[in-house]
Amino acid sequence: MKVARTGNEAFAEAMRQINPDVVAAYPITPATEIVQIFSQFVADGLVKTEFVAVESEHSAMSACIGASAAGIRAMTGTSSQGLALMWEMLYIAAGLRLPIVMAVVNRALSSPINIHCDHSDTMGARDSGWIQLFSENVQEAYDNLIQAVRIAEHPDVKLPVMATTDGFILSHCLETLDILSDEDAQDFIGISPERPNLIKSLNEGSPITLGALDLQDYYFEHKRQAAEGMFNAKKVIPEIGKEFGKRFGREYGFFEEYQFVDAEVVILVMGSTAGTAKDIVDEMRKEGKKVGLLKLRVYRPFPAEELAKALKGKKAVGVMDRADGMSAFSGPLYPDICAALYDIDQGRPVIQNYIYGLGGRDIRKEDIRYIFEEIIKTAKTGKKDYTLKYIGVRE
Amino acid sequence: MPTLKQLAKREERFISGHRLCAGCGAALVARMVMLAIEKPVIVGNATGCLEVASTIFPYSSWKVPYIHSAFENVAATISGVEAAYRSLKKQGKLSLDAVFVAFGGDGGTYDIGLQSLSGAAERGHRMLYVCYNNEAYMNTGIQRSSATPRAAHTTTSPLGKVIPGKVQFPKDLPSIMVAHNIPYVATSIPGRWNDLVNKVEKAVSLNGFTFIDVLSPCRLGWPHEPELTMEISRLAVDTCIWPLYEVVEGRYKLTYKPKEKKPIVEWFKLQRRFAHLLKPENQQLLEEIQKEVDRRWETLLKKCEG
Repeated sequence: MKVARTGNEAFAEAMRQINPDVVAAYPITPATEIVQIFSQFVADGLVKTEFVAVESEHSAMSACIGASAAGIRAMTGTSSQGLALMWEMLYIAAGLRLPIVMAVVNRALSSPINIHCDHSDTMGARDSGWIQLFSENVQEAYDNLIQAVRIAEHPDVKLPVMATTDGFILSHCLETLDILSDEDAQDFIGISPERPNLIKSLNEGSPITLGALDLQDYYFEHKRQAAEGMFNAKKVIPEIGKEFGKRFGREYGFFEEYQFVDAEVVILVMGSTAGTAKDIVDEMRKEGKKVGLLKLRVYRPFPAEELAKALKGKKAVGVMDRADGMSAFSGPLYPDICAALYDIDQGRPVIQNYIYGLGGRDIRKEDIRYIFEEIIKTAKTGKKDYTLKYIGVRE
Repeated sequence: MPTLKQLAKREERFISGHRLCAGCGAALVARMVMLAIEKPVIVGNATGCLEVASTIFPYSSWKVPYIHSAFENVAATISGVEAAYRSLKKQGKLSLDAVFVAFGGDGGTYDIGLQSLSGAAERGHRMLYVCYNNEAYMNTGIQRSSATPRAAHTTTSPLGKVIPGKVQFPKDLPSIMVAHNIPYVATSIPGRWNDLVNKVEKAVSLNGFTFIDVLSPCRLGWPHEPELTMEISRLAVDTCIWPLYEVVEGRYKLTYKPKEKKPIVEWFKLQRRFAHLLKPENQQLLEEIQKEVDRRWETLLKKCEG
């Protein structure tokens, strides 16, 4: 069914259809509407959810951990400082192998305080053991959140998932999207596979201890098991994306290739900027330039081999980072891409990094055209004369 | 209220094998609290002595479903467990009637966990929160907390040449909890088993957030001889440093009145953290503390009369 929804409305709509047993959340711009709309669903009796209006994001994630450990479906949503405040608990959610699903609206981190989009918040959680799905538009955000439940709960994965939108750009912009019927959504999500949990153990009189102290003799094995869940997610995510495509006509993988096969230079980007970049690709294609786009949807797990396979033979890649790694080297995405492509023997592209759009700074079409022109130059010589450029900043 | 004999026949739900110190107050508190509850129970625990020493993987002293997630958030974690339980009840997927208990030390309760505690209390989740208050951060090696008494020596409020131990008096957390207008707030000690068991029974019978602050002697941090744990906890009551009372629906009631109010020095002299207070040069400080203890005691008595 075609509807017009903002990113936040679409997330809330997906949550209504997922109908989780517990939602614990705390408002933060620009994600506030998600919990606001959802609490209206609760107040109107449209969901079975027990809504816990916690006093902080730290408690939101803590309550989700408690609820998920009790064996039920738990969800939350946040952004920026809220995600940063959860940081400690993100690792615990993943370490306890709890399939919590979270809607994240990407926003810059303080200081300076800023409420607009960049990816610094989500990047801060990239090593936490959460699966991270980025969305180009509201349709993808909705589809990602629905699939996130299946991915998180898959018995081979059992890791939490965050699906993201770009703050304001997607969260507050009205777009047309196709939403599933409640029946289709619920049928696709299905019943949560059973896992050891507190309520079950109480019911059966066989107590379990969760969150025990793991010292030198066990911690590593448990971390290794969680890592295995992330390895398994690499198999599960495309499977679920394919199944989704088969049923609803929109297939998802690790990334999307756009005008890619014969492209000589490629921009690699995550989130809403991909939409703008596609326009530029179209324009430049008309000018006869062999440019293409790779839009990364799944950042964690990181599809290194798949990226290497796709990008092998390309002459130059411009990696666009909407966050600064503050490493005096690059943004966070760039080193991952370099590492993924390092083992290509022949046909390894030259890779350059472009940090853009911090704190919601517009990324204009001419900015993206400029990046393409830069990497076309690099492709000609086969050598880069710089690694990193900041785009769209006064300096 | 069970007799001691009946209590002794109940199945232990916090069992031996843990690695808490001999004479640890927290172990006694946990054991008694768990003995006092007969209903199915889920326990949450904040990071701290009780947590690290009772669940060293693959062992656990807890014969009930148990969760630990972090230090400052046991109230929020159990909020989530209890919300899941309520959701399942509402959906008709669960029939048993369970209670929820959160344990935290004074670090996890008075200080780093105060926000999470206040949030859960305000929301009115059905849980009993038990603070085993050993008056400092004992798990990390005896650092001061907001529950540490005035003049006590800790490793971050050390006795020095110019500063004689902790500068501040302890925070009155039970009053803060009373201000949340929750159905039940109480203080207790391990040294009066009937007081603690009675209060736990009462708390878990109520529908809402309940809070018991249990003074829990720490032989390593106070420090004292391990065999004196019970006696020291009783002496805190008899000196009126730690009065036993309960607040039911906002009404204060003294649950034990010492026959003879002992001077605080009686309590101090069994603990080395206060050893300097026995010296003549600190006489004035000792008097100042006695005065404040008296003032707080009088205030409490007035609340109990009113």
